[in-house]
Amino acid sequence: MRAKPVLATAAAALALATFTACGGDTATDDGAATLTVFAAASLTESFTEIGDRFESEHDGVTVEFNFAGSSDLAAQITEGAPADVFASADQKNMDKAVEAGAADDPQTFALNQLVIAVPEGDPDGVTGLADLASLTFAACAPEVPCGAAAQTAIDASGTDLTPVTYEADVKATLQKLTLGEVDAALVYRTDAIAADGDVDAVEFPESAEAVNAYPIAALTDAPNADLAADFTAFVLADDAQAILGAAGFQQP
Amino acid sequence: MPAKQTRQRPPRRTRRRRRIPAALLVPAVAGLAFLILPLAGLLARAPWTELPSRLAEPDILAALRLSLITATAATALSLLFGVPIAWLLARGDFPGRGLLRALVTVPLVLPPVVGGVALLLVFGRNGIIGAWLYERFDITIPFTTTAVILAMTFVSMPFLIVSVEGALRGADARFEEAAATLGAGRWTVFTHVTLPMIAPGVLAGAVLCWARALGEFGATITFAGNFPGRTQTMPLAVYLALQSDLEAAIVLSLILLAVSVAVLASLRDRWTGAVA
Repeated sequence: MRAKPVLATAAAALALATFTACGGDTATDDGAATLTVFAAASLTESFTEIGDRFESEHDGVTVEFNFAGSSDLAAQITEGAPADVFASADQKNMDKAVEAGAADDPQTFALNQLVIAVPEGDPDGVTGLADLASLTFAACAPEVPCGAAAQTAIDASGTDLTPVTYEADVKATLQKLTLGEVDAALVYRTDAIAADGDVDAVEFPESAEAVNAYPIAALTDAPNADLAADFTAFVLADDAQAILGAAGFQQP
Repeated sequence: MPAKQTRQRPPRRTRRRRRIPAALLVPAVAGLAFLILPLAGLLARAPWTELPSRLAEPDILAALRLSLITATAATALSLLFGVPIAWLLARGDFPGRGLLRALVTVPLVLPPVVGGVALLLVFGRNGIIGAWLYERFDITIPFTTTAVILAMTFVSMPFLIVSVEGALRGADARFEEAAATLGAGRWTVFTHVTLPMIAPGVLAGAVLCWARALGEFGATITFAGNFPGRTQTMPLAVYLALQSDLEAAIVLSLILLAVSVAVLASLRDRWTGAVA
């Protein structure tokens, strides 16, 4: 008896996976369509909300997201994954898609800045980068956008701070802090806010030297070109900007 | 001893050319293609001209050296603790043995990243053992080379245990009993009868264990972090290279592959050479 719902769920999941793998279907006569958006992992919460808003304003339209690291997404897009829109967490990976002819005319829709994440209540009294000299802290690896930004900010401060670990992505960096293995972590403000009370964010002036711009573009081979343009405009408009602002992004 | 007899038998005579049944040949060839084609894909995409300059990069050499040292240390630890565990599971007679056997394979099933978090919860600064080490001796394990070795041992020891236990179960216990009736002590029986009988199984397990440790990624980056020269092994270097440069990542993977195949092949020659 109990196996049936499980089987049904599995079948539904499989059907969904197949459907997603096939990419956005083209629009049918009654306007029903699926828009496929490839977006950076750091946009997961805010873009899910923006997608819901977009769906409620466009009858019959379903927005499917593929959230992953921007470099993975750029590779998938240049290798021909069927997507309509690409929202990258940095200019570099958007440039890769543009150079490959997969994307056109990207526009910056959000800015993100680094903060020093510390345990709730800031037990070590961190007020700026210089305080990290006597503490252990984690940062992203220079190969990924948040690590490049961290290195730029550290260089701008004129110190030669070295983290105890160069993590592969910003969530892993923050995880080292929430597990208590480091005293501080250099992460984006949005990630510190998403950690919701577990960590405090300490702003520091040098992060202004390493502001990260998020570009969005409709893809040249988009199965739903018109909807892709609509969605891109929607993200740049007030409603979506308010959602992004609440998540800790700044307006461009 | 039958083990000696098999070794002394001239191998050629028994391996007369036989026709391989199609029912075996077809799936074998298909399976081989499945295993080998991805490697061929990497080889085809590899920028060969970059190889020498990559090899000369100090970070890469450091990562390669660290990988070889830590994987070997993890294999040594696995042998030290894993062979006794396998003996307990195969020869021991105690309640809960089945449950214990299942628990030993947990690291095989656990996603390595979760394994890394689990290690942090035990050996981390706030961990069950780690907090005590930190407060009492000011020792922190995460972010050190020791952490790399521990992470590798955690994920690779089960391979050794499973393979040695299989060898022990396949070995004829009557030889051990015979040695015991002839007056050999338990330890002597183990070192002079059991171990030589299961040597091929131990070696196969050690090779599996070493290879798994060498490729270890998830538990290592979670538990030991990523710091060049200290905890950045080759798989970590490959993953980070993949973030910015696909071709560099392929070159690094091929270096790791070539080195591991060379090490295993030379070991095998030495081992079979010593036996012949």
